[in-house]
Amino acid sequence: MRKTTALRAAAAATAALLTATACGSQRGQDAQDTAAGGACKGQQTTGITDKTIKLGGIYPLSGPASAYGTISKGVAAYFSHVNDKGGIDGRKVEFVVRDDGYQPPKAVEEARRLVEQEKVFAVFQTLGTPSTAAVWDYLNKQKVPQPFVATGASAWGTGDQHPWTIGWQPNYVAEARVYAKYLKDARPKAEVAVLYQNDDFGKDLLGGFKKAVAGSGVKVVAEESYEVTDPSVSAQMASLARSKADVLLDVTTPKFGSQALAADAKNTKWNPLHIVNNVASSAAVLEPVGFKNVQGVVSATYFKDPADPQWAADPEMKAYKDALHEYAPDADPDNQFNAYGWAVASSLHQALDAMKCPTREGLRDAVRSLKDVKVGMLLPGVTMSTGHGDAFPLETMRLMRFKGERWQLFGKPVDTRKEFGPTAK
Amino acid sequence: MSTTTASLGTDRVRWLRPTLTVLVAAAVAVGAPFYFAPFQVFQLTMVLLYAVALSGLNLLTGFGGQISLGHGAFFAAGAYTAAVMLDRYDTGHLATLPAAAAGCFLLGLGFGVPALRLRGLYLALVTLSFAVFLPPLLKRLEPVTGGSMGLTVDKLQPPAWSGLAEDQWMYFVVLAVTAVALLLARNLLRSRAGRALLAVRDNESAAEVMGVRLSLHKTLAFAWSAMFAGVAGCLYTWVIGFVSPDSFSFVLSITLLAGLVVGGLGSLYGPLLGAAFVMYVPSVSQDVSEAAPGVVFGLLIITVMFVAPTGLAGLPGRVLGAVARRPPRTTAARDRTPEAESAPGAEPEYQALSGPSETHAPADPAVVDAEPVGAPPRTEKE
Repeated sequence: MRKTTALRAAAAATAALLTATACGSQRGQDAQDTAAGGACKGQQTTGITDKTIKLGGIYPLSGPASAYGTISKGVAAYFSHVNDKGGIDGRKVEFVVRDDGYQPPKAVEEARRLVEQEKVFAVFQTLGTPSTAAVWDYLNKQKVPQPFVATGASAWGTGDQHPWTIGWQPNYVAEARVYAKYLKDARPKAEVAVLYQNDDFGKDLLGGFKKAVAGSGVKVVAEESYEVTDPSVSAQMASLARSKADVLLDVTTPKFGSQALAADAKNTKWNPLHIVNNVASSAAVLEPVGFKNVQGVVSATYFKDPADPQWAADPEMKAYKDALHEYAPDADPDNQFNAYGWAVASSLHQALDAMKCPTREGLRDAVRSLKDVKVGMLLPGVTMSTGHGDAFPLETMRLMRFKGERWQLFGKPVDTRKEFGPTAK
Repeated sequence: MSTTTASLGTDRVRWLRPTLTVLVAAAVAVGAPFYFAPFQVFQLTMVLLYAVALSGLNLLTGFGGQISLGHGAFFAAGAYTAAVMLDRYDTGHLATLPAAAAGCFLLGLGFGVPALRLRGLYLALVTLSFAVFLPPLLKRLEPVTGGSMGLTVDKLQPPAWSGLAEDQWMYFVVLAVTAVALLLARNLLRSRAGRALLAVRDNESAAEVMGVRLSLHKTLAFAWSAMFAGVAGCLYTWVIGFVSPDSFSFVLSITLLAGLVVGGLGSLYGPLLGAAFVMYVPSVSQDVSEAAPGVVFGLLIITVMFVAPTGLAGLPGRVLGAVARRPPRTTAARDRTPEAESAPGAEPEYQALSGPSETHAPADPAVVDAEPVGAPPRTEKE
């Protein structure tokens, strides 16, 4: 009895170890490569050579947020497209995608795998606030760049503890400022009712909005929150309707965005100006509500919508659609997430081109000193800028209004930096 | 009763071999962090940590015959206890372990009360509700838990005298805690409480007649089991250094149960195998198919349950048994003592997952009595 128990315990331990051994490398081989000489002496050159550059990305290919996983296809298609044209500055890109299933511990494991086993040059994109927050301490300690994380939380740019991490998309505070600016100009006496998701995303946006309208005639008169696990937001909408506010700020994720729009359309006694945030502005949200019910809804955006025919002749959009057909035939080119992946990958291309040294330090510094960098997939007038004390590449958005069967841009690009100064926590 | 170890040999051999195997296992476990890359040492650390949680669940499900779908929540409670203590009160890592253990023990004691009245799938539902409701609660308690952004705390740092890297030190600490926990589980089962637990699982009425206090032992089983999960959660905080409500969705509870069933219910080292399965197989399945890792993972679980219905831990016994005797039907080899049982558990669980026996429970409670989860398969007529 004791014998078999011990025997099996030993077998179990050995089996676990053998599994690990099968995966390859051993301790002691992970000495950092550094640049030999010149101005870049002593900087890290892990994952980059004259001919290649290795990047890793962590996306939820499975699990509750797997809809976002397709971003990796847009990114991979961009890199394949660039490789066929000779690569980035002569370097072929190798892009390793790992799945974290939207689970932070899995993201930590995959980040360690990318850094220690795959030996990537940079972890390009982690998706989601929890996963990003779980790995950024590790990556910064290892001095591995974590450029352009796919989450809009303002935390990525406000502190100075994590110089190796930087966001990309307009943060939620910046987006809130765009709506605040619009209301201050168009409806200076507006009373605003807010529906928001009770998490970092909703609170970031609501907090930014309140700060931006402080001291003006625009007032928040009612606010209701919901949980991601709630079945519907109809109770919240009913209570907001009682406030008789003339503007509804709808800070929701897609499923709840549809519900809020439908509830608003059904209530004929209350007809506020409905502002829906960028996250819930895709056609997939509006279509089930019925296009005739969402006329005049306002939102904001920053990159070209691949489903919008006005960009059909755009050279960048053509290149995107051709590349997607060729390298990711099963991906839907009209899906905004694919276009997002393409846009963020070409932004990284620009940053890699701007590196003074082909090193990790070079990339870290390059993404923090972007000067009005134009990216083909971004809307005209929207450019990337960072600098000392400003770690948010995109802070310009354009307003759009739903008309007929699609969004129509209106007004000038709103640069929230100029209007409100840098984003602070 | 059949035994796979028919030839036990002399007394000397009998004691020499286990001692040797234990020594070899210890040497391998201690040597591993010096051989593997930091990333793999981290993976091994996670395996050990999950093994602690699984061995707790094993006490309850494998030996106690009660299903819990809420162990992810106890895990989360332990993790948050450690994280809040580190973040808000700066207590140091070691102080968090007894606090998490004691806290989860009490929590488990509280949750043991419904276990007295409910059983089988009904109890599973109650515990599942705990797992479902905990993450939103953690988000609401923002001042303490940091809300949905979670808490980032310091990882365990190696002391200067050890000369070890961070991952090696963490591995050794977790290894020590795991060893103590597994030993505790083993001794617990050999004690009076363990024997009472097995008796309750096999036949409640008979156990009661024999003088086992049902209420005490069922509640205690829950409490012990929650304590193990809490300790694993605490280790998790030490190793990952970050907790957020989304880390502990109810999927974690289901993963734990699946890991246990795959590893081997009612076996002492099944949790280790199950933990390795939970840790390594998802990444292996992603290597097999990038498009649908979940499908491959699911297929692998089905394959394991088909090939080894007694779990991975029961596989060697089944193979040996089949080779040795080629018996007509029941190949499941059963050891003679309760703590080394490898065959029991899996077959009833198999039925609970796929068969109708559990669903009859409301109409006919006797069926539940006859086939408690985790009980040895009743293949012979008594």
